[in-house]
Amino acid sequence: MATPTNTGLEQEHLVHHDHVHDHDDHEESFVSKYVFSMDHKMISRQFLITAVVMAVIAMTMSIIFRLQLAWPGEKFAFINAMLGDKWGKDGILDPNMYLALVTIHGTIMVFFVLTGGLSGTFSNLLIPYQVGARDMASGFLNMLSYWFFFASSVIMVASCFINDGPASAGWTIYPPLSALPEAIPGSKLGMTMWLMSMAIFIISSLLGSLNYIITIINLRTKGMKMTRLPLSIWAFLITAILGVLSFPVLFSCALLLIFDRSFNTSFYLSDIYIGGRPLDNVGGSPILFEHLFWFLGHPEVYIVLLPALGIASEVIATSSRKPIFGYRAMIGSMLAIGFLSFIVWGHHMFMTGMNPFLGSVFVFTTLLIAIPSAVKAFNYITTMWKGNLQFTPAMLFAVGLVSSFITGGVTGIILADSTLDINVHDTYFVVAHFHIVMGLSAIFGMFAGVYHWFPKLFLRMMNKKLGYLHFWVTITMAYGVFFPMHFLGLAGVPRRYYTNSNFPMFDNLVDINEVVTICAIIGALGQVIFLFNFFYSIFRGEKAPQNPWNANTLEWTTPMAHIHGNWPGELPTVHRWAYDYSKPGKEKDFVPQTVPLSEGEEDGGTH
Amino acid sequence: MSLLVLLAIVLLIVAGHQLLRIIELSRGLKKTHEWKVSDSDNNMMGKAMLIFMVLFFIFFFWQVGRWLDRSLPPAASEHGAYIDTLWDANMYLVTFVFLVTNFFLFWFAYKYRGNSKNKAVFLAHNNKLEMLWTVVPAVALAFIIIFGLKYWNEIMDEAKDTNKISIELYAKQFDWTARYAGKDGKLGTSDFRQITGTNSVGLDSTDTFGNDDVLARNEFHIPVGRQIELSMRSRDVIHSAFLPHFRAQMNCVPGMITYFKFKPTKTTAEMRKDPYTVKMMDGINKERAKEGKEPIEFDYLLLCNKICGVSHFNMQMTVIVDNEADYNAWLAKQKAYKTVASKN
Repeated sequence: MATPTNTGLEQEHLVHHDHVHDHDDHEESFVSKYVFSMDHKMISRQFLITAVVMAVIAMTMSIIFRLQLAWPGEKFAFINAMLGDKWGKDGILDPNMYLALVTIHGTIMVFFVLTGGLSGTFSNLLIPYQVGARDMASGFLNMLSYWFFFASSVIMVASCFINDGPASAGWTIYPPLSALPEAIPGSKLGMTMWLMSMAIFIISSLLGSLNYIITIINLRTKGMKMTRLPLSIWAFLITAILGVLSFPVLFSCALLLIFDRSFNTSFYLSDIYIGGRPLDNVGGSPILFEHLFWFLGHPEVYIVLLPALGIASEVIATSSRKPIFGYRAMIGSMLAIGFLSFIVWGHHMFMTGMNPFLGSVFVFTTLLIAIPSAVKAFNYITTMWKGNLQFTPAMLFAVGLVSSFITGGVTGIILADSTLDINVHDTYFVVAHFHIVMGLSAIFGMFAGVYHWFPKLFLRMMNKKLGYLHFWVTITMAYGVFFPMHFLGLAGVPRRYYTNSNFPMFDNLVDINEVVTICAIIGALGQVIFLFNFFYSIFRGEKAPQNPWNANTLEWTTPMAHIHGNWPGELPTVHRWAYDYSKPGKEKDFVPQTVPLSEGEEDGGTH
Repeated sequence: MSLLVLLAIVLLIVAGHQLLRIIELSRGLKKTHEWKVSDSDNNMMGKAMLIFMVLFFIFFFWQVGRWLDRSLPPAASEHGAYIDTLWDANMYLVTFVFLVTNFFLFWFAYKYRGNSKNKAVFLAHNNKLEMLWTVVPAVALAFIIIFGLKYWNEIMDEAKDTNKISIELYAKQFDWTARYAGKDGKLGTSDFRQITGTNSVGLDSTDTFGNDDVLARNEFHIPVGRQIELSMRSRDVIHSAFLPHFRAQMNCVPGMITYFKFKPTKTTAEMRKDPYTVKMMDGINKERAKEGKEPIEFDYLLLCNKICGVSHFNMQMTVIVDNEADYNAWLAKQKAYKTVASKN
């Protein structure tokens, strides 16, 4: 069989010799086509479906602990059915399992759904398509990236089935809690598996990110200048750079924790008396762990968010039939956000005993990041101004993203202010903030991407009406879940409490917790609409036309078939930026990037 | 029972399958494309956006009306009052931004809902506008930063009052111990290797300053109007000493001593008479009555606010703010560590 990889050299070869080379002709085995595929489109689908499965697991976990929080001590057959007699005896959630569930819910959502799932799906699908490349720079590394991701997912899920339960020190796994098996059962084998899984995940992320960067830099087709790249590609590029620079730090952070746990080193441990004896470890500092963790942890927020914003840029411009407003300002904002994200990590640590002066520096840098974020939000809104909005399900989710980005973003201004953080640090106010700004925005971006690019992913269309229904259920219930949490925070309720009913001071908050849980259950059931639409449309959806949304970018110039090399024959040549929508003097309201500039026509938004 | 559920699921799947077949067949007959967005779709969704906005804002104000007065009572400490003022100012600002930007977003979604007769305006950028919304947030943020840091520096400054009271909060899974300096006014040093059943906080036996230290569990007392300097230690994992009513919080980290200072302004007795607190406690006791629990009185609390293990949710201690005389009387009744230890 012919090699399915597409190196840069081969690409040159194909272009220069005008050699129509249709890889689809030759026979492929099931394994090389569906399992160990090196084709970016297949890898993208693999990432997406894995992420969907992981998301369902993590969402189910959240329903279990939300039941406990709204009705502590009540018996739920559902809890018993999900967790069995060991963790859900008589339908009551075990307190250790509660902590394990919040930990694994957070880990899966942040890393496996919104990092691996979001970047993995859309960077893989769109980078070669939108820059005009035949595939990723290295199909082989790309394949490895997915299979490392798969392996880490399997380990993470498997850790939920072991005797002591999975890791349960919170998704931030601060030592000493995560380092000492005496401190909590989840810090036994569960924590070891968590660390193994994350180490493998980081390898996957690095392989993927390096590939994305190299492909964007080197494999752009003729005429595709950096300033003609769609904003989605800019977002994926900056995301990948953030990942390459910050994930290795998490790796070292995790590695030192593995050493502390397994080889009796003292990087994070000092002066500890536990299990009836003093430990030998002296001289380490848990604060060191927090610094290392958040050095990844904060860029991670933008690793999650930027691809979603990039997707939103494409969807909003296309569906508004208008150029994205302030293309260069959008790139500048993303670069600024990317840079600043590396010097704000200390805002997670105002109350940790970190030097207060250092805290003030982080207040300053953190609040600076609000400026490019505000620019982005305003630019999205202005893009819609005087547009001709086409409400595809993708567009609805993109609008939802802008809303949640603002709603969750403004409370970030409060939390970034160390003085105000004192009393809401680690309360539900924080939980509300990051779920709205990061969780909702990113998942809305992911949904927008799935609805918008489903025709490229699976060559079929998703059902529009079910998409509409899915959106309205999701956004109303999502705000119903996370908005009331602000008020729990204002009442001083700390996060990660198994029950609030041990404190009479929180007795009057029962109804808030009930509203949250009821909305969470309806919202979760609403996702069944999506799951049905998604899987049904993969097999039975209407066949997609080549360019259903009348979009300008290059992926819509490829034939509606999954062929190796994406374009039969020559690669397309790019003549203009991606946002010539409703350009005056043009017959149609869109001008694909492959259409040459007419005489005297200017590129890039001037006319 | 489970057989019935199974049967219901099977029937549901069969019914669903048949329904889908009908839909697919009718789609084939009509030759229309379900996925295409029509003018009426745009019209409907645009209006839905507007309706959503209205409902969203109603929901917001409904929550504020119903739940805002369940927030913590006004601060019971000197610096806490500043935090509350700053909080309110910032909160008004961000609420305004939240409402205005969401309004424009959903209003535009409604106003510019697509129609096949319309054409969008080709507008790629506008330097003046972009400058405006870069500079305005920058100026607003400058004020937020300046005021925030001014208070931050004051709050985090060393405890300098000459009559300050130093108390150690010692955290372990899953309780708190408060340690007072005793008559000599100095806290004894500690060593985690000397922790025993009777020496639970690990006082260094060679340091005589520790002998008259007073240990308090379950509740500890502080006098109103005096600067309290808390120093914090942890025995095992990270905990966080959270005193929400005083707007005070600091993590307790093994291997480190961390500090937080504050000056209580209301005694527990005064706070129990505060109209806000009275109303809030009425609400709480009403809820308790529904569940057949006896009514409670207001108390200041110390909570753990960093995940620390299975009983994290139940790691608390009551704080009693007394007037000076009551505080002194309480402290005089407490036994020095040495006398307690020697009895064992």
